[in-house]
Amino acid sequence: MTGLVATSLTCIKRDRVLFENLNLQLQTGELMYLRGPNGAGKTSLLRLLTGLSMPEAGEVTFNHAPVQHSESQFYRQSIYLGHKSGLSSALSALDNLTYWCAQHQVTVTESQIVNVLDVVGVTGLEDIPVAMLSAGQQRRVALARLWLKPARFWVLDEPFTALDTAGVALLETTFKKHVDEGGAIITTSHQPLSARAGTHRYFDLEYRF
Amino acid sequence: MRALYRGVLKRELALAFQHRAELVQPLMFMLMVVTLFPLGIGPGPETLQRIGPGVIWIAAILSSLLGMERLFREDFQDGSLEQLMLSGLPVSLIAAIKVFTHWLVSTGPLLIMSPLLAMFLNLTLDMYVALLLTLLLGTPLLSFVGAIAVGLTVGVQRGGILLALLLIPVFIPLLIFATSAVDSAALQLPYLPQLAIIGAMLLLAIAVSPFAIAYSLRVSQN
Repeated sequence: MTGLVATSLTCIKRDRVLFENLNLQLQTGELMYLRGPNGAGKTSLLRLLTGLSMPEAGEVTFNHAPVQHSESQFYRQSIYLGHKSGLSSALSALDNLTYWCAQHQVTVTESQIVNVLDVVGVTGLEDIPVAMLSAGQQRRVALARLWLKPARFWVLDEPFTALDTAGVALLETTFKKHVDEGGAIITTSHQPLSARAGTHRYFDLEYRF
Repeated sequence: MRALYRGVLKRELALAFQHRAELVQPLMFMLMVVTLFPLGIGPGPETLQRIGPGVIWIAAILSSLLGMERLFREDFQDGSLEQLMLSGLPVSLIAAIKVFTHWLVSTGPLLIMSPLLAMFLNLTLDMYVALLLTLLLGTPLLSFVGAIAVGLTVGVQRGGILLALLLIPVFIPLLIFATSAVDSAALQLPYLPQLAIIGAMLLLAIAVSPFAIAYSLRVSQN
């Protein structure tokens, strides 16, 4: 099976079993919407999928190789956006994204980054420290990465947090465009996705005691 | 390699420049500790010369512990570390570069300040040269070994004291060899053996610790 595949994953946090024997498969051209109440383990699952944390049992593979291994090339083809924005508050939006692109080996020019910031609606704020921006603006700067890195697999943990309605609409149409172009997205959110996001598949996690 | 230089090294230097006030704090601490000794013990030139190397080295260890938490804490809290670990670059190399830049910006000024400290404590020129050499070899060792513990405690609230408890015992051999080198220099004896031992410890730390730091950071992400 190609794509991002999780087989019989088990996650235990503080002696509580969040999920056991979980199987999940994410293929290109698919938008998967992960649902579940608070504490069900959505974030834990997404972190396991990216290889940031290690499962108690089971494994996550990408194109038949474990995600952490360099031969899987997962990190070259994926973007993960978590609860934490990944932006250094002392640096400007432009600097943050410039360094991020260099780290992820994406070649972009300064004007391209400025253009993307324009698209996500943070015009004219690229030179001031990120700490001075509002929560929604910081989220928009963090989301700008989706436009910068040509990655197929998007792993997004509550990307709609702090966004206004225009921001939500922009992100949803971007989801649809990305999936139509053969990308794959797995996302969590507490608001249901609207029709703008296109067809999507649900994956439900239950809260276990 | 270009990615590491443009994405990690330059970013670290830019961040250090933004936080220059924070970088000065350990230096001021060190300066004050060293200044307090002549006041507390009495200004007898022989006494000061006797205790000088030990005082400077203990102050250096304590002040490096003070600034060490900065190494990964902010990047961990704002999520930059996650993004770095998902960039596909080897985490051990990222860690090595972060430690190196941290050493450069925190210890560089200390080395510049060291002649002043040596004068405070009435060290002879021979002793100062030996001290400078031990600091050059020893302080990167502090940073590389310390970073392992910083990686482990980065997820812990107020890990500062825990960090000191973990690290001070590990630094004892370094302290012994470093002060013994300066003592030998005071007696006009060769101090190359001590330097060689510190150098060997440093090389071992540079070779092994990046992998240990990478592993400790992975554990902290769990």
